[in-house]
Amino acid sequence: MGIFVDAFRGGLDMLVSGATDVWSIVLVSVQVSGAAVLLALVLGIPAGFVLGTKRFIGRRMMLVIANTGMGLPPVVVGLVVAMLLSRRGPFGKLELLYSQPAMVIAQLVIALPIVAAVSAAAVSAVPRELRLQARSLGASPWQEAFMTLKEARMGLIAAIAAGFGSIISEVGAVTMVGGNLAGKTRVMTTAIVQYTRMGDYGPALALAAVLMGMVLVVNILLARVQSSAERFEA
Amino acid sequence: MTTAATICITGVRKVFKGKAAVDVTRLELKPGRTLALLGPSGSGKSTLLSIVGLLEKPDAGTIELDGVRVSVADRAARMTMAAAFQRTYLFKGTVGENVAYGLRLRRVSGAETAERVAAALERVGLPGWQDRSALTLSGGEAQRVALARALVLRPRILLLDEPLASLDPIMKWRLTRDFAQILSEERVTTLYVTHDQDEALAVADDVAIMREGRIVAHGPVDEVFGLPADDWTAGFLGMEPAIRGRVLETRDGVAHIDCGGVDLFAIASVTTGSEVSFGVRPEDVLLFEADVVVPVSSARNRLDAVVAEIDPSGATFRVVIEQGSVRIAARISRAALADLRLSVGTPVQALFKATAVRVAST
Repeated sequence: MGIFVDAFRGGLDMLVSGATDVWSIVLVSVQVSGAAVLLALVLGIPAGFVLGTKRFIGRRMMLVIANTGMGLPPVVVGLVVAMLLSRRGPFGKLELLYSQPAMVIAQLVIALPIVAAVSAAAVSAVPRELRLQARSLGASPWQEAFMTLKEARMGLIAAIAAGFGSIISEVGAVTMVGGNLAGKTRVMTTAIVQYTRMGDYGPALALAAVLMGMVLVVNILLARVQSSAERFEA
Repeated sequence: MTTAATICITGVRKVFKGKAAVDVTRLELKPGRTLALLGPSGSGKSTLLSIVGLLEKPDAGTIELDGVRVSVADRAARMTMAAAFQRTYLFKGTVGENVAYGLRLRRVSGAETAERVAAALERVGLPGWQDRSALTLSGGEAQRVALARALVLRPRILLLDEPLASLDPIMKWRLTRDFAQILSEERVTTLYVTHDQDEALAVADDVAIMREGRIVAHGPVDEVFGLPADDWTAGFLGMEPAIRGRVLETRDGVAHIDCGGVDLFAIASVTTGSEVSFGVRPEDVLLFEADVVVPVSSARNRLDAVVAEIDPSGATFRVVIEQGSVRIAARISRAALADLRLSVGTPVQALFKATAVRVAST
C-alpha cells in the first residue's frame, strides 16, 4: 500500500503547491475538451433536431451513420484525422497536426455523432402533434423548434453528458493528433499515461483526481439541471 | 372583444397515397357560429380542420379569411386562430405556463398575461390552477386547460378537433354542456370536429357531414339532422332515407302531404301540388301498442305501422316502422322495448308532431 500513500502525498503536494505543470495540463484539457463539446452541441443538436423531426431522402442513412459513429474507436478517429492533417494529407497546408485545434477536431469527430444521435432520439420522442399544437397557437418555425428542444430537454442533457464523457477521458485520438507536447498539447489523459510509464505516480494520481473531480462536477451539474427539468414531469 | 371572422374554403383537395383525403367544393364558417364537422373515422375531418387552420397545405384550392386569400405561410392569419385537439398535448410545465404559451408568442406583457390566464382558467372552471403541474391532470382537467389555452388568445377562429372523444361518458357530458355554454357565450367562429352526433347537436349552430373526404350535407343543425341529404347520410344519422310525397294543400302554415295513400302533416312553406321530400328524427317519434287508445296530444301525425327492424343503438334501440311507402325510425329505451313487447312484424301506432317533420321541395 506504500506506493499509494507515497503517490497520494506527492500528488496532493503538487496540487496544493500549485505546481504550474499540473495546472497547465488541466487548463489545456479544459480548453480542448470544452471547445470540442461546445462545437459538438452547436452542430450536433441542430443535426439531431433535423434527423429526429424532418423526413427527407437519405435520413435513414444519416441516422445509421450517426448511430455507427457512436461506436467509433478513438484510435481510428485519431488515425484518420492525423492522416488528413499530415503534411501529405489534403489539409496538410493548414499545419494543424500536433496542435490544440487538431485535438479539438479529433474530439469533435468522436462527440458529434453521439450528440446528434442521442438528440435525434430525444426530439423524435416528442409527439409530432405537440409541434402542431404549438403551431396552432401561433408558433413560428423557430419557436416550434425551440419548444421541441425544450420538451426533449431530458434527452438533450443525456446527449451533453454522453458527448462530454466520450472525450474528456479519451486518450488515443488526442495522443495521435496532439503528440502530447508539454505545455502545448499535453492533456490530463495523455499526461497520466506518460507519468505512469515513467513510474512518477504522484502527478499521475493528482491528475487522475482532478479528472475524476471534473467528471463528477459536470455530472452533478447536469443532474441538477435534469432534476429541475423533472420537477413538473412527475 | 375580438370580432368573429368568416372563413371560406373553395375547391380544397388533399391527396394521401393516391387517395383524396379531402375533396371539398365549398365550406363556409359563418361569423360567431359553431360549425360541427361530423363524419365517421377516416372521413377526412381532421385533415380538413388542419387545412382550415393553416396547419397543413392543401394540394389545391383556396382558403379565404374575411374574403382575403390566406395560406400556410401566412402566420399573421394563423395568429388569429387557436386550436385544441383530441389528445391535449400539454407542454411540460405548469398549467399557467401552458395557458400563457400563445400569449408569450404574441409578446403580451407579464401583467396582462397573468390577468388573462387567470380569467381563462376561471372561464373553464379551473380558477387558481396556474401553479399545478400540467402533466398530473385528469383527462377532463387537461381538456379544460387546452380550451383555456386556446380561448385566452381571444381567437377569431377556434378549431376544436374531437376535444372530448377520449373522455369517459360522465366527464364527456359535463364538458359537452360546459363547452356548449362557453362557445355560445364567446360567439367565436368555431370549427368543431366530432364523430358524435349528440355532441354536435349540443354545441353546434351549423353542421357539415363528411364522407370519404367530401361534404355530403351542410346547413343549420335542424335542417341537416331533420332531413337526410341521401341514403348514406340517413344511415349515418340513424334515420331512414327521406320520404317523397305530394302536397295536397297548405292551410295556416300546415302542409298536408300525401305519401302513397298515407296522410301526413308538416309545418312548412311549400306550394300545393308540389313534390316534396321529408324526414322525421327518431327521437321525435312516440310508439304505442296497436290496440291501446293513445292519449290526446298535439301530435298531428299518426301511423298504423308494423315493426320492420330493431337494432341496438348504444343505451337505446332504433326501431324502424313502416306503413305503405312511409318508413321511419324511432328511438326507444330498453324498458320501452320490453314494455311494448316489440319484435319484427309487431303492429304499432306511431305519433309525431307536424313540427317534427322537416320538409324540402324536390
